[in-house]
Amino acid sequence: MKPFWALSRAILRGFVRDRTSVFFAVVFPLMFLVLFGGLFSDQSVGKVDMIVVGDASLVDDLPADARDDFDDTFHVVRSDDLDDALDQVRKGDADVAVEQQGDTLVAHYSQTDPAKAGIVAGTLRALVDGTNIALTGQQPTYDLRVESVEDDSLSTIQYYTPGLLGWAVAMSAAFGAAATLQGWRQSKLLRRLQLAPVSTRSVVGARVSVTVSIALVQMAIFIGVGGIFFGLTLTGAWWMAIPLLVVGTLCFMAIGLLAGAITKTQEGAVNAANFLVLPMAFLSGSFFALDDAPQWLQTFSELLPLKHLNDGMLDVMVRGEPWTAALVPMAILAAFALVVTLVAARLFRWDTA
Amino acid sequence: MTAAIEVTDLTMTYGDLRAVDGVTLTVEEGEFVGILGPNGAGKTTLLETIEGLRRPDSGTATVLGLPAWPRNPRLLPRIGVQLQASSFFERLTAREQIHTFAALYGVAAGRADEWLERVGLVEKADARVEDLSGGQAQRLSIACALVHDPELVFLDEPTAALDPQARRNLWDLLTDINESGRTVVLTTHYMDEAEILADRVAVMDHGRILVHATPAALIRRLDAPTRITLADDEVITTREPAAELARLAEAGRLDGVRVQTGTLEDVFLDLTGREYRA
Ligand SMILES: Nc1ncnc2c1ncn2[C@@H]1O[C@H](COP(=O)(O)OP(=O)(O)O)[C@@H](O)[C@H]1O
Ligand SMILES: [Mg+2]
Repeated sequence: MKPFWALSRAILRGFVRDRTSVFFAVVFPLMFLVLFGGLFSDQSVGKVDMIVVGDASLVDDLPADARDDFDDTFHVVRSDDLDDALDQVRKGDADVAVEQQGDTLVAHYSQTDPAKAGIVAGTLRALVDGTNIALTGQQPTYDLRVESVEDDSLSTIQYYTPGLLGWAVAMSAAFGAAATLQGWRQSKLLRRLQLAPVSTRSVVGARVSVTVSIALVQMAIFIGVGGIFFGLTLTGAWWMAIPLLVVGTLCFMAIGLLAGAITKTQEGAVNAANFLVLPMAFLSGSFFALDDAPQWLQTFSELLPLKHLNDGMLDVMVRGEPWTAALVPMAILAAFALVVTLVAARLFRWDTA
Repeated sequence: MTAAIEVTDLTMTYGDLRAVDGVTLTVEEGEFVGILGPNGAGKTTLLETIEGLRRPDSGTATVLGLPAWPRNPRLLPRIGVQLQASSFFERLTAREQIHTFAALYGVAAGRADEWLERVGLVEKADARVEDLSGGQAQRLSIACALVHDPELVFLDEPTAALDPQARRNLWDLLTDINESGRTVVLTTHYMDEAEILADRVAVMDHGRILVHATPAALIRRLDAPTRITLADDEVITTREPAAELARLAEAGRLDGVRVQTGTLEDVFLDLTGREYRA
């Protein structure tokens, strides 16, 4: 056990003393969290611009107390032209257009601003439910149909924390593995360790343990910052994000190993890892939701391990899914890790020449 | 008594290149052997194969009575290896570095500190390895190779890129190590280094060991005449230097005399037919 701890300590010290690595593992992703969380939550303080198309008795005949709430939230403009109203919503001039079709209130809104979209959906639903109860005290008369397939319940911070965390962990795991493999190979430290009475298990185990620990610290920081400053609320089985993150870390370490195995310099390895992880982050919903992306892109994203990590984390951390929701993503990530490690092992060379 | 190293007909190839070509070599216990050759001669490849890092294409290497290949965890604690001055964990201090290596060999931290003192790095103990000078890094690297008190030590060009003063300091250290009973195998492309340090020198070129003998024997074998330069710059070339010097003594002309026998450089020229260029 002594060699394992000595190696772990050496690797951890090397990491915390490397400002660039710490910056990209913690500070950089956190900047995005603050940016997204701060930017969009600021906007949501303003009133929501609503266009009411035609007659909407549900809106017009609100009881007095509901009326006050409604006016606090919405700034209402009237229109008779549905197409024009939809156009304004699309352009961002208005946030939502509502029309009443019989007993159904139809809300057309844009997901460009997820925070406002969440407010629209939430408020209107409350309004309809409230009206139903006020009118009859029994069977609902009115029904709200929200025409969006997205997670209307998720506010900005709820959506971005898991995704940005997934990206941060993917990045630091892949960079860590790629840079270690290349650096140790170049300096012949890898060879030197081979000549010390240490098992490969201890060496690999130490490197993996350090990266997994870093990932868990990243998670703690993200949840802490999200919770304290931006009102992040975790749902029931959020703790399943821990094993999920561990498997995700292994998967991205394998990708880093691959990057390290196919390149000849440390810079090359880090660039290759970046080349694999950064586009993947875009295509896996770390920076924006993919629901409006073309279908082929959404299908393609299913091939990316980060997509499954992000989805699994969203499910258990903020969507309130049961713990079992993390199992399939974990299995997919583990399979990825295994296959990529085998490929990297085949391509691995002891010498760079 | 078994030899410290027995290499028989060892061959290592990189594609078409025979980096080590049928080498046979024996190193006795307690010996200091220098493997001398120009860059690209195959010294590193030979050393790494003997250490057990590479699988021989043919032939065998036995170290301390045990086969070098495959990696034998029982053999490893008995050998000490310096591969390259930069084989360090990144961003650790000199002390953390040697403590880490000590832990890998199950050696107490106190012993590691003693080694820092021995190689004169106490003042630099808290400096990061990246901030050490070339000589300091070499000494740390050697200390890390010796921290577990191995019987057999391999050093690959330990004095490359050092200034003359640092080289001399390192020579003293290596002589000490050898005198404390350890077998030392060192590669070098410096003639003077091999001549001064090594009990026996193996001259290597193009993957082959051309000769393996004491420096004195190599030069004697060369059968080159001795050049005696007198104070007035007169040069006498002779095959009987003893008689010639006696004659000069009688004539009272010994003051300021310089005697030059052949050098390893001449040996190399004689063996390969070309000038030695490191
Ligand atoms: N990993 C390698 N792949 C291919 N050729 C190599 C490799 N390592 C060394 N060589 C070649 O093998 C020969 C011997 O190299 P080396 O053992 O490093 O010599 P030395 O240590 O004496 O300078 C050189 O021609 C070198 O270019
Ligand atoms: Mg060499």
